[in-house]
Amino acid sequence: MTNLRWKLLSILAVTVIFAGVGVYPIVAARFGITQPKWLTDKMIKLGLDLKGGVHLVLRVQTDDALRIESEAEMERLRQQLQTAGISVTGISLVDPTSFKVDGIRAEQDAAFRNAANEVSTNYERDSGVNGTYTFAMRPNIQLSLREEAVTQARQTIERRVNELGVAEPSIAQQGQNNDQILVQLPGVTDVNRAKEIIRSTGLLELKIVEQGPSASKETLLVNGQPPDGMEVVPGAGGVSDTSGATLYYLVRKAAAVTGRDLRSARPSLDENNRPAVSFTLNSEGAARFGKVTGENIGRDLAIILDGRVQSAPRIDGRITTDGRISGSFTQEEVANLSLILRSGSLPATLTYLEEQTIGPSLGADSIRDGVLASVVGLLLIIVFMLIYYRASGVNAVVALLLNLIILLGLMAYAGAVMTLPGIAGFVLTMGIGVDSNVLIFERIKEELDAQRGVRASINAGFSRVFLTLLDTHIAALISAAFLFNFGTGPIRGFALTLTIGLISNLFTATFVSKSLFELVLSRHRQVATISI
Amino acid sequence: MHIFKNTDYNFLRWRWHAVALSWIVIIAGLVVMFTKGIPRSIEFAGGTSAVIKFERPVTIEQVRSALDKSFKESVIQSFGTASQNQVLIRVPQSGAESGDSLSQTKNAITAGLQQANLCPCELVRTQIVSPTVGRELTTKGTWATVLSLAGILLYIAFRYQMSFAVGAVVATIHDLLVTLAFLAFFRYELSLNVIAAILTVTGYSTNDTIVIFDRVRENLRGMRRDGLNHVINVSINQTLGRTVLTAGLTLLSAVALFVFGGEVLRGFAFTMIVGVITGTYSSVFVAAAIVTFWRGQGPTKAAAHAPATALPPGAAQQPTRAAQQPTRKSKPQRKAKAS
Repeated sequence: MTNLRWKLLSILAVTVIFAGVGVYPIVAARFGITQPKWLTDKMIKLGLDLKGGVHLVLRVQTDDALRIESEAEMERLRQQLQTAGISVTGISLVDPTSFKVDGIRAEQDAAFRNAANEVSTNYERDSGVNGTYTFAMRPNIQLSLREEAVTQARQTIERRVNELGVAEPSIAQQGQNNDQILVQLPGVTDVNRAKEIIRSTGLLELKIVEQGPSASKETLLVNGQPPDGMEVVPGAGGVSDTSGATLYYLVRKAAAVTGRDLRSARPSLDENNRPAVSFTLNSEGAARFGKVTGENIGRDLAIILDGRVQSAPRIDGRITTDGRISGSFTQEEVANLSLILRSGSLPATLTYLEEQTIGPSLGADSIRDGVLASVVGLLLIIVFMLIYYRASGVNAVVALLLNLIILLGLMAYAGAVMTLPGIAGFVLTMGIGVDSNVLIFERIKEELDAQRGVRASINAGFSRVFLTLLDTHIAALISAAFLFNFGTGPIRGFALTLTIGLISNLFTATFVSKSLFELVLSRHRQVATISI
Repeated sequence: MHIFKNTDYNFLRWRWHAVALSWIVIIAGLVVMFTKGIPRSIEFAGGTSAVIKFERPVTIEQVRSALDKSFKESVIQSFGTASQNQVLIRVPQSGAESGDSLSQTKNAITAGLQQANLCPCELVRTQIVSPTVGRELTTKGTWATVLSLAGILLYIAFRYQMSFAVGAVVATIHDLLVTLAFLAFFRYELSLNVIAAILTVTGYSTNDTIVIFDRVRENLRGMRRDGLNHVINVSINQTLGRTVLTAGLTLLSAVALFVFGGEVLRGFAFTMIVGVITGTYSSVFVAAAIVTFWRGQGPTKAAAHAPATALPPGAAQQPTRAAQQPTRKSKPQRKAKAS
């Protein structure tokens, strides 16, 4: 008896909790009742088809990707020349796709050509007058690098949107050169934060400091120009001298490692207990980092994020896999930065071309039709269960409604976005979900036909079918687990919903339904018949 | 209320007819898929996006019906503030992505709008849009499905027997192929929603098969002297009420979505309707046929006992294998129950 009371209490508690999270915010919003922010944050959001959202178009500055490639190639050549002892008057970048070498003495021409053979075949070598050579990136390489940059940017944006917890976005490439990225986000409350995170290059570069820090840019320049292969990088807000002026660093242009070499990034604390971001390099990056730091012990290493030096610690020894970015960050900045670094830096800068609000892709009529159809579908199931199973049908319907409430609550908690097909899917889930009740009820009928008595029949029905249900649900959970682990985007979403539905169904169809039967039976000492 | 009480249909008698029917549908489906392809939605195929500014306010429905003739499925959204009267249209790709098809699409859109008397309107810009669903989803999705089937195979083999596992998984693959075949026959576009429906169908099909197999397993313990075919038949008959009820309930809601849900839900609902029917059919006919094929047929315990049923021709290849079939000892034996 007390056992039953506990069961009913726990069912009530579950109902209240999930109805509070899943159903109440929708009802309250509908009737304009104000509710706390933590509740509205968790409310089920409507998808692009039902409510619309923000429409953003970004252009990928693919030149950036080419420039980075050319610079790296140029630095490689510079080092080749140094080790081969070939002196030249200058090596410089002409444009993002080409660089030139000036002033090669005639007697070193052969040696230069030899060294220049080490330059990647992606570049075409062209000799000019007075010992000048130009290296131009081949057009097909340019094209594929540009394409790769856009694809990478798109994938990075997808990951960032995903990490932001926005479900059901629509992301595509578009434009004449296919270099624009269209992003449509449903139900984003903080559009500016989303925009900032999407756009942040998150370009992490670790470069060896040649000179500085210095309070003025000019002292680092030679003849108004930074020396060959070097550049001046300003410090970030926190990096300044006592008077608060910005400090400048002269660093090597070629980065020791970049964000591309990152394997992971996470918030942490620096030695002064200030928020910082710790990162781990992949094996390739670690090998390169180890080499550069090993060769430059005692010098400073500038940690540059999006073109600003965050800090420049001294290299005390050879460093391979792990590093930390410290600076003057707040807790929130550190969280955003880790998210950005984790989802990968963008291969190029992005500019926003457009920002618009967009309406729902379904008209009011279509939405009404779809919702009506879903309600009709649900009602058909309920009416049929009531007719076919009579009083016991009520039991099944209660279980079904509770299943619906639990699903809504968990979906809200998981930050799901509801689309029209999603709603229709809900109805079908309910249809398939009553299978568990049907199985149990049919079994109880069989037991009753075998003259077992009501109590015994109900108990036997539940206990025998429970094993069947366990098998069907575990098989489905296994398949959901595979879909979640190996699928992407919407398939993962499907697997998650499926998992939630399966667990909630098992709970309502067995535990809840059985408790309800027990409740009815507990009121009568002798039960001769049951309406089923 | 009982819809099926003490039925005694001989389902297995029809199994080879059923298998032949399935092969015909699947092969016809594959032929259509390879010759005409499966139409793909804008999410998978990409297409053209256009922003159009109208002088008068228009509704999304008006624009949709204006474009219905030229483009089967389009995504239409209001663009910017309401007073701007701007609409963003995305239509699926109508051929190779080139400047040529872009201008063709432009013309088709303006022509459609003019015909519907929605203009004066101005084409603000048009652009080629890539698929929103990358190749990654298709390849990863396929692998995920294959692996999940393998997972189910192992689980059923572990909980039941290998023959049951093969039967259930083959039945599920059967349903996948039949559903795809029907999508190809009726030229429904493969969209994310349809993919979700297909995944739901595979789950439904496996569930349905396991329920019947579970009863077969239970009956095998009680009916040791009977032939496997007889046991399977009895089990299918005992669960027939439940099979038809569940299929009927799911069909009921799927049909409601198909009839009342409008254009958007049609492909989704169609897939579910086909899937539920084939899922139910395959658990009764295909899955059982595979089990009998895999195990041969005959008495479940010992060949020495006279089989209760006559062996249909061609089904009695391996009585000895069936004789070795272990019976589970983990549960106390129950008496065979009259249904």
